[in-house]
Amino acid sequence: MFTLDSAHQLKAKFGDLISEPAEFRGEITVKLADAEQIAEVCGFAKMKLGFEYLVDISSVDNYGEDPRWTVVYDLRNLTNNAELRIKTDVSEEKSELPSVLGVWATSNWHEREIYDMMGIRFRGHPDLRRILMWEGYPYFPLRKDFPLAGKPTNVPEVAFTEISPMEGGPFVTLPSSGDAVSREPRVRNPE
Amino acid sequence: MQTQSEIGYNSKIEGDVVITRIDAALAWFQKNSVWPMPMGLACCGIELMAVGASRFDISRFGSEVMRFSPRQSDCMIVAGTVTYKMAGFVKRIYDQMLAPKWVIAMGACASTGGMYRSYAVLQGVDHIIPVDVYVSGCPPRPEAVLDALIKIQNQIGKEPILSKLNLVAKLTGSSKS
Amino acid sequence: MAAVQDIEIPDSAARNALAVDELQDMQGEKMVLNMGPSHPATHGVLRIVLELDGELITKAEPDVGYLHRGDEKIAESMTYTQFIPYTDRLDYLAPLANNVAYTLAVEKLLGIHDKLPPRCQYIRVMCAELARISAHLLGLGAFAMDMGAVTVFLLIFTEREKVYNLAESLTGARFTTSYTRIGGVMRDLPPGWADQCRKFLEEVVITINEVETLLTRNRIWVDRIRDLAVISKADAISYGLSGPNLRGSGIEYDLRRNQPYLCYKDLDFDIPTGSTGDCYDRYLVRMEEMRQSVRIIHQCLEKIPGGADNLSNEPVNVDDGKIILPPKEKVMTRMEELIHQFMLVTEGVNCPPGEIYFGHENPKGELGFYINSKGGGTPYRMKIRAPSFVNLSIIPKIFPGCMLSDTVAILGSLDFVMGECDR
Repeated sequence: MFTLDSAHQLKAKFGDLISEPAEFRGEITVKLADAEQIAEVCGFAKMKLGFEYLVDISSVDNYGEDPRWTVVYDLRNLTNNAELRIKTDVSEEKSELPSVLGVWATSNWHEREIYDMMGIRFRGHPDLRRILMWEGYPYFPLRKDFPLAGKPTNVPEVAFTEISPMEGGPFVTLPSSGDAVSREPRVRNPE
Repeated sequence: MQTQSEIGYNSKIEGDVVITRIDAALAWFQKNSVWPMPMGLACCGIELMAVGASRFDISRFGSEVMRFSPRQSDCMIVAGTVTYKMAGFVKRIYDQMLAPKWVIAMGACASTGGMYRSYAVLQGVDHIIPVDVYVSGCPPRPEAVLDALIKIQNQIGKEPILSKLNLVAKLTGSSKS
Repeated sequence: MAAVQDIEIPDSAARNALAVDELQDMQGEKMVLNMGPSHPATHGVLRIVLELDGELITKAEPDVGYLHRGDEKIAESMTYTQFIPYTDRLDYLAPLANNVAYTLAVEKLLGIHDKLPPRCQYIRVMCAELARISAHLLGLGAFAMDMGAVTVFLLIFTEREKVYNLAESLTGARFTTSYTRIGGVMRDLPPGWADQCRKFLEEVVITINEVETLLTRNRIWVDRIRDLAVISKADAISYGLSGPNLRGSGIEYDLRRNQPYLCYKDLDFDIPTGSTGDCYDRYLVRMEEMRQSVRIIHQCLEKIPGGADNLSNEPVNVDDGKIILPPKEKVMTRMEELIHQFMLVTEGVNCPPGEIYFGHENPKGELGFYINSKGGGTPYRMKIRAPSFVNLSIIPKIFPGCMLSDTVAILGSLDFVMGECDR
């Protein structure tokens, strides 16, 4: 299968940095051990393996685990119809990895969004500023320790912000590394 | 043509001249030409466009012209979710509208934040601008928006315009008697 | 008799170059113009900061996020079924398509997205294609209205009202339908829906033809958008465009054909592809896609298992009480179904741990859901790959060199929706 071959070629080129390809629901995922090499790996995937289309860059907050951030790159080869996922971990103290803007132009806005929502910086990005929240917003909303209701901010040009009226309500996500069942208040015993 | 019930003004009986109070006349002119300022932010904006289209025709109520210029409109219809990033601009545009002005908060998101109880959504546009009519629904049916417009028209129809003008004149010290 | 003369009409790039040349010797400052979030021609709340040199745009910087409602964070505290109404409001011009996309993504995580009952697949395809017709109609209408052809807007809204009628009799809501469920759909086709649908399909073709006679060979229309904002193939791939924008640039990639899902393999349709990648091509691709969607729905109405009225009682939902709510008669009388109902409503569909990505061919492009689950009924992380977000990133590349009045044309041809872009 094309994707599996490409994953093996990637592993052959980069050796121990790339993990064994894992398969789930028909999708192949490889894990990159060192986030600093992501630009080289992606460049190789684009130039030699033909993954010229970057579908998406996502970020996951593994709250409570170290390394805290996982950045997920979904690649696609249009001619062979193959999709490959490359994951890489970034620790919280570092919170930085190289940008893949040189490989695909679409990663510009994806990386800005990840910086805006999670706070992971991308080295080499020409214009890393907030895209969905306003300039000067002090928090990173998608982190697990940021409440859904929000925190009040004091940004003078923008309207004041308040906490949404649902503190203590049923849709508060508790930050923890447990699964969704243990985080949902309605299936926990009330304290 | 003979009609069964006489509603309103029949020129055969009353003739071609109508005698009324200035307040009533001004209110009648004003209420039948409420030009909306569509603040179409999200999905309710599409239903607002449907209200303006041919099936639910808002122009038969006089709101023919959906002026996107705040200086030329009377009623701001906030249709959609107001986020904190957008809130400052909504307020700014509201401030640019000339009095008298009214606001319809269309939909659940504009009224109270709707189903978006999150860090980025203003829980109701009435935190920043005074709202006259709240329309519920997600999105409200176009008939509901027209109902809100009719409510605003009824409210305008009862306003004592002339006494307000006199008050303004007194406050600004101009020589209107 | 007049002599025949050759008239030299330079194309838009040459015209721009000439204009730049002429302006070179004039001293001037560049003006920064804000095409603000509240603007009739930016489809929703998009802000573009333009730097102008007279009429020419030299730099354009879009500013999005004015409709960011925090969907991805909300998804982390909702069960999968509770999130379905939020997906309606992503691309709010085609809510049925978003519903189909989301439930297919969760079903891929469960492993059943290719094991759905055939009737359910046909119903979902019909929903997605109706949504495609409706969204393209509005995109076209807004595009034409912004350019001045206001008639088209009113014509297409009449057709959209008919789609709303169909959606209302099918789902109960005109607009934000929340129709599909994980493992099936909310309910089967109501009686008489197929005839109503066929009647609509005849009428919509008449309207599409009328719009074509108004626009496609209209001198003003063609002159305004031909050769405007050409996106080359390499740019289209590098910037991650999808949907009609990608196909307008000549790349024949359609997820319905290349990564088939539901029953698209059994259906016969063409993929319209442009040649130059200018605004006119994207407009033509959308027009033709509507006709192909009409073709697909006709085939679905013929081929749907059980017939339109389901006289043979074909199942519409997956037959698994752990995934979809069991029928009420069984819930009220039997223990196992009662427990299934309880677990599904309180805890949600129990998905295995793992991560998937599923891309669906939405009218605006590829709507993708990346779901990272650690087990349980709520996702650990859900990322929505919005086509409009990615399509808008090409603005700083294609705006410079165009005139100010071309901005409206380019935005209309890119056809984006801010609800999806900002989530």
